[in-house]
Amino acid sequence: MKEYLYYPGCSMESNAKAYQESLTSISKPLELVLSEIADWNCCGATEYVGISLTPAYALIGRNLALAEQQSNGTKTVVAPCSACYLNLAKADYYMRERPLLEKNVNTALSAGNLHYNPGSLEIRHLLDVLMNDIGLEEIERHVVRPLSGLRVAPYLGCMVPRPDYEHRWSDPEHPIELDQLLKVLGAEVIDFPLKTHCCGGHMTQISPNTAFELIRRLISSADQYHADLMVTLCPMCQMNLDAYQTETNRHFGTNYHMPILFFTQLIGLAFGMDPKDLGVGLELTDASAALNKIGVEVPKEEPKPRRKPRKKQTGLPMPKMPGDEEAE
Amino acid sequence: MTTEKDKEHKVGVYVCHCGSNIAGVVDVEDVRDFAAKDLEGRGVVVSRDYKFMCSSLGQELIEKDIEELDLDRVVVAACSPHLHEKTFRNACSKGGLNPYLCELVSIREQVSWVTTDKGQATEKAKAMVSGGVERVLQNDPLEPLSVPIHPATLVVGGGIAGIQAALEIADSGFPVIMVEREPSIGGHMAQFDKTFPTLDCAACILTPKMVDVGGHQNITMHTWSEVVRVDGYVGNFTVTIKKKPRYIDEDLCTGCGICTDKCPKKIIDEVFEAGLGYRKAVYTPFPQAVPKYPVIDYDNCIYFQKGTCKACEKFCPTEAIDFNQEDEYITIQVGNIILATGYDLFDARRVTQYGYGRLANVFTSLEFERLSNAAGPTNGEIVLRDGVTQPSSVGIIHCVGSRDRNYNNYCSVICCMQGLKFAHLVKERTGATVYNFYIDMRTAYKAYDEFYQRVLEEGTLFVRGKVAEVTDAARLPGEEGKLIIQTEDTLAGKQRRIPVDMVILSSGLEPRHDAYDVAKLFGIACSSDGWFTEKHPKLDPVATMTEGIFIAGVAQGPKDIPTSVAQGAAAAARVLGRIQQGEIELEPVRASVDQNKCSGCRICNTLCPFNAILFHEDRMVSEINPALCQGCGTCVAACPAGAISGTGFSNDQIMSQIEGLLMLNVAPVGGAV
Repeated sequence: MKEYLYYPGCSMESNAKAYQESLTSISKPLELVLSEIADWNCCGATEYVGISLTPAYALIGRNLALAEQQSNGTKTVVAPCSACYLNLAKADYYMRERPLLEKNVNTALSAGNLHYNPGSLEIRHLLDVLMNDIGLEEIERHVVRPLSGLRVAPYLGCMVPRPDYEHRWSDPEHPIELDQLLKVLGAEVIDFPLKTHCCGGHMTQISPNTAFELIRRLISSADQYHADLMVTLCPMCQMNLDAYQTETNRHFGTNYHMPILFFTQLIGLAFGMDPKDLGVGLELTDASAALNKIGVEVPKEEPKPRRKPRKKQTGLPMPKMPGDEEAE
Repeated sequence: MTTEKDKEHKVGVYVCHCGSNIAGVVDVEDVRDFAAKDLEGRGVVVSRDYKFMCSSLGQELIEKDIEELDLDRVVVAACSPHLHEKTFRNACSKGGLNPYLCELVSIREQVSWVTTDKGQATEKAKAMVSGGVERVLQNDPLEPLSVPIHPATLVVGGGIAGIQAALEIADSGFPVIMVEREPSIGGHMAQFDKTFPTLDCAACILTPKMVDVGGHQNITMHTWSEVVRVDGYVGNFTVTIKKKPRYIDEDLCTGCGICTDKCPKKIIDEVFEAGLGYRKAVYTPFPQAVPKYPVIDYDNCIYFQKGTCKACEKFCPTEAIDFNQEDEYITIQVGNIILATGYDLFDARRVTQYGYGRLANVFTSLEFERLSNAAGPTNGEIVLRDGVTQPSSVGIIHCVGSRDRNYNNYCSVICCMQGLKFAHLVKERTGATVYNFYIDMRTAYKAYDEFYQRVLEEGTLFVRGKVAEVTDAARLPGEEGKLIIQTEDTLAGKQRRIPVDMVILSSGLEPRHDAYDVAKLFGIACSSDGWFTEKHPKLDPVATMTEGIFIAGVAQGPKDIPTSVAQGAAAAARVLGRIQQGEIELEPVRASVDQNKCSGCRICNTLCPFNAILFHEDRMVSEINPALCQGCGTCVAACPAGAISGTGFSNDQIMSQIEGLLMLNVAPVGGAV
């Protein structure tokens, strides 16, 4: 049994619910105990760090301080989301390297009676923990439904292997860990050339055309390699490639159909688990055809009850006032 | 602390300005006066300053004072002993004083160059002069050691640098023993097709020299052999060579090659063909190999691995195959050693973004040398990895593994010219469009830039910028099925994607993987990059800090063929000079063991970097070989019993110098330790 402090991050409760569900499911056989950091807050995502260092690192530092407090027996914090992982690791690293920043952050934290000693925690990504603590042999031992015949494109995105402060990954450009893991699950893994390229990040919000181009590159490359699906370990990568696929197709007049799943979902499938327990079916780009190749039926989404039509209002609308929304 | 004995000495102190090198920071006159007044009680009878003590006028000052004032000790406060100790010792000698009664105090390297505050620098210089005076009072007159030089020379490595060195010495009439690890001499140059900038055929200019070595009456060649042990010292090295079994009787073999023809086992040749071609299990690496005798590769021979086959033996017309050969150890005596052990090519797999090893049509420079070589696996046809398709566009990437803080900081020197050579060959043989991706073009030396101009005129395209990635992920129309080179074009100020059929990585040069082991074996040092360290980077580039060991070629640092040849010749000239001297004078600065105090703990035995300490098993004491000892002092410091002392750095000398540095000689009496 292996115990870790767990920082889920906001995506795991929303857009990456499938990631959380599948992680919870596979944790049991792998004897992975994840104790969630109590009262954790936002990691700052990708934008906040660029604005002002002290508040940004104080925001992240609060999570580290809480984790340090909660740490009993283990000092490893596991984050499944790439951005969370990077931000936590970055805060720890820079607080170690820059004494002034460390002082400022801890001054801010002291307002809430918190303190973080940089270097006291070990920040690791979920894939790293699975590969290096659980190990491929142990994972392989649980495989009962090998993913034979399923061609997968391993896609890590940019934030996990770079900048790699602690030299945990085999290579910053072409890390092989995810490939190795998927091979152990029995999948046919393509040598995906863009495995650490950009998914577009928040360009989907700021400059959609830029994002569409970045998304197209990734999906078309996986398609050129005849991948059945792409496997990712990052909620944002998954969302960009999955949720914006239709729009990207529309933008370029293409017709790509590339399901995007989390690696934990594939681990669960190979372990013979029920797709329902792995969040399979929550993806927007239908994975039925791909998963049928390994004999997995994608659970049909139950049709949502239609909303009751609102009553047609009579009379004229009132001007909106501050506090109106809260009252509703 | 003043003794009667000390008072008898007459010490001269000389403070050098070194132009403004010292005088710009240190108040030289103040130091001079300090020595004259404050150290008068310590025997200083004269103290002078001079603009350049090392000039002949400066030296004459010392000579004159020795004669006129009857000085018996001299302290020169100037630069590092590395530079001018010899100069001032000679000056003392001329004046009639034993040269070892002269002490050099480094107030340039250790004071003026490293101290910015003038007041502090002057105080430090005074302290150091004071230390020097105390130390020189303890010096004893010494006589240099003289050792005879054995006329034979060992050359390790049979590449072009080693070949040149061996021929120079052998042609002068002295014996040479050449040791080469591979089955044939020739080194990397034998793998090349053409050589820049004149495009001579490498084999045409190299093989005559190889034949000369092979047939030279003064050269004994040991190929497929390695040096495993080096004992002794300059003039008298005893070297043990391991001759790996060839499984071929060289006395019977005629080099007809029938064994190779008949051998049923074919394997990839990772060494000579750089992994791009095949060889048999019994083979000579290339047709012009010297010696002509093949080698049976034990690990791949069907007979050795499975117990049956012996096809070579059956067909050999002279019964030269001998499966019973074993390692043979031979011991030789030599006076000097030249190391010309060459380089390994940087492993391009480490730069994962360039795709070598993943993308079929990415080649290394050595692979391309074999590809373009008329005697190579494709008979000189420049084709893609499929073996048939000619590329219509080729990208050559410079600085792979060099000038890159992720791998090696240094410039590998040859890659720019090599890239140009490749561009020319591709253009000439295939007419393909060729791109060179460079950071800076470095075409120094004779006729090199002219070659660059020529390649430019031939229409090779140059893109300045570090290549970000080589990928097969097509993004734009026209990229499918190609290798796309993504780069920043720093001259045009934009990103470019250039699809090509073939990519050649101009990989850098790295020290041999076992360079540190070899350096340790011969008692020399490596730089932080792993290249063998020369005695002086500018003024003594082929000697090492170990007397009698010389270095030449790329083992000393990246360089091209002309420079390797020049170094080989230079090392030979140094050795020839030594041999003709007949004997060599060694610094008498040596350590010695007091056999009565030695407890036989052997701590010093392993610490000695020059293998100068031998252990007498019978008496359980260590002894230092004075000819081998370089006077580094490691053992003196390490000896727990204090049984080792060094001539020139005895405890008395060191303790006195410390007292001097602490100015105990000028402080009120009572402050002594």
